[in-house]
Amino acid sequence: MINLKNRSLISITDYSKEEILKVLEIAEDFEKDQRQQILTKNVIASLFFEPSTRTRLSFESAVQYLGGSIIGFASADTSSVKKGESLKDTILTVSNYSDLIVMRNPLDGSARFASEVSPVPIINAGDGANQHPTQCLLDLYSIKKTQGTLENIHIALVGDLKYGRTVHSLVQALSLFNATFHLVSPDSLKLPSAVKTYIKNAGLEYHQYTDLNEVIPIADIVYMTRVQGERFPDPLEYEKVKNAYILENSMLEGSKPNMRILHPLPRVNEINEDVDSNPKAYYFQQAKNGVYVRQALIAAILGLKS
Amino acid sequence: MFVRHLLRLFSALNHKQKKVIMDTNKRKELKVSALRNGTVIDHIPAENTFQVIKILGLENSTSQIYIGNHLDSKKFGTKGIIKISGKFFEKDEINKISLAAPSATLIEIKDYEVVNKAKVETPDTIEKIVRCFNPKCVTNNQNIKTKFRVISDHHNRMKLRCHYCEKTMSKENIEFI
Repeated sequence: MINLKNRSLISITDYSKEEILKVLEIAEDFEKDQRQQILTKNVIASLFFEPSTRTRLSFESAVQYLGGSIIGFASADTSSVKKGESLKDTILTVSNYSDLIVMRNPLDGSARFASEVSPVPIINAGDGANQHPTQCLLDLYSIKKTQGTLENIHIALVGDLKYGRTVHSLVQALSLFNATFHLVSPDSLKLPSAVKTYIKNAGLEYHQYTDLNEVIPIADIVYMTRVQGERFPDPLEYEKVKNAYILENSMLEGSKPNMRILHPLPRVNEINEDVDSNPKAYYFQQAKNGVYVRQALIAAILGLKS
Repeated sequence: MFVRHLLRLFSALNHKQKKVIMDTNKRKELKVSALRNGTVIDHIPAENTFQVIKILGLENSTSQIYIGNHLDSKKFGTKGIIKISGKFFEKDEINKISLAAPSATLIEIKDYEVVNKAKVETPDTIEKIVRCFNPKCVTNNQNIKTKFRVISDHHNRMKLRCHYCEKTMSKENIEFI
């Protein structure tokens, strides 16, 4: 019996394969009937210490569809952090006002710490460059929905494989499902060796490329990422690689019929707009799936669905 | 050549002179070895002996301390050894030693007798004593005790993985608090 009640989600590795599949199963239920008013007695706190559009609005949307109430702030400037309050004090205070805390914070590891001091469960909505597990869950949901399964997928991960936290989490999660990884990046943005070790330890294969065209005919999923300027210590290095991979519609000829293109968004220029109308473009639907997955997670953690 | 020359000189000395030299050596050796109560840290990699001293804060200790370095070692080629009179180590302190000198042996002496001899073991987790090398880690920005899991990479090199930011740091990046 899988029970996620009161279980914080900080890193995707906190959940087992069965627990991940359970969340996805509940998400399917919300996709069929999104307006299930099961959260009417609950208050969710949304603490965003740094700006976010998709993730914050997606969580707020999820709570509203469930009929719950949401309190919180959208930037550290409007919280008592500006007065010098510690993270511990903020969490202990807000936990008095809510049943569950959704938190984004620019410090790596802040969500883990919050979960250790908080009497109510925490959902990590991004802790600096570290983890973003709900993005990972919605990526998995999108893969399962488009491929019919999560098992034995050939996934091409493209772009910033060094700093991209969504890529690292996705590798960890798909390692539970016997995936084959096709890693496309410039030399300076290769997947860190610790993450490669993770793949090896799972007994799985990865292949490295610098040419995006090589992987298009073999991939079930092409997962594009933005090269994030803000993560680069040296701006010159960013300039060298920022336009390394641009996916255009003409490049998709010869791709598998089941192939779909995913992107955690926002995109800058790595997917040309002429791809948007191709039926293989799935990134906006992927963002929509985020609401179902977050509804499922909130409902499961509050013990309202199992 | 030089050694043979010394031996010739030594054999040329009379019995009394020889005895004085040997007694002097013996006295010196006895003064260093005869720890009534305390701890001997042996088999420290020679290049880390002074790091171990620093980690343990022995510079400020008022105990009698004997330090030997670049001593011959059958196992390691050269080694360091530290003898601290009247001092026994707590678990936290032993953990600190194991990070800088994983091959070290700890010998506890009471009333001139060895009461405990054990190889230092690197624990599964390291708490409070090491700083995370990631400046954006929450432990470097809030009042939080650090915590690391000790892991090995695929070359079997020891690494520390931060419990909070999940970054992995190698031995060269270890900074003690």
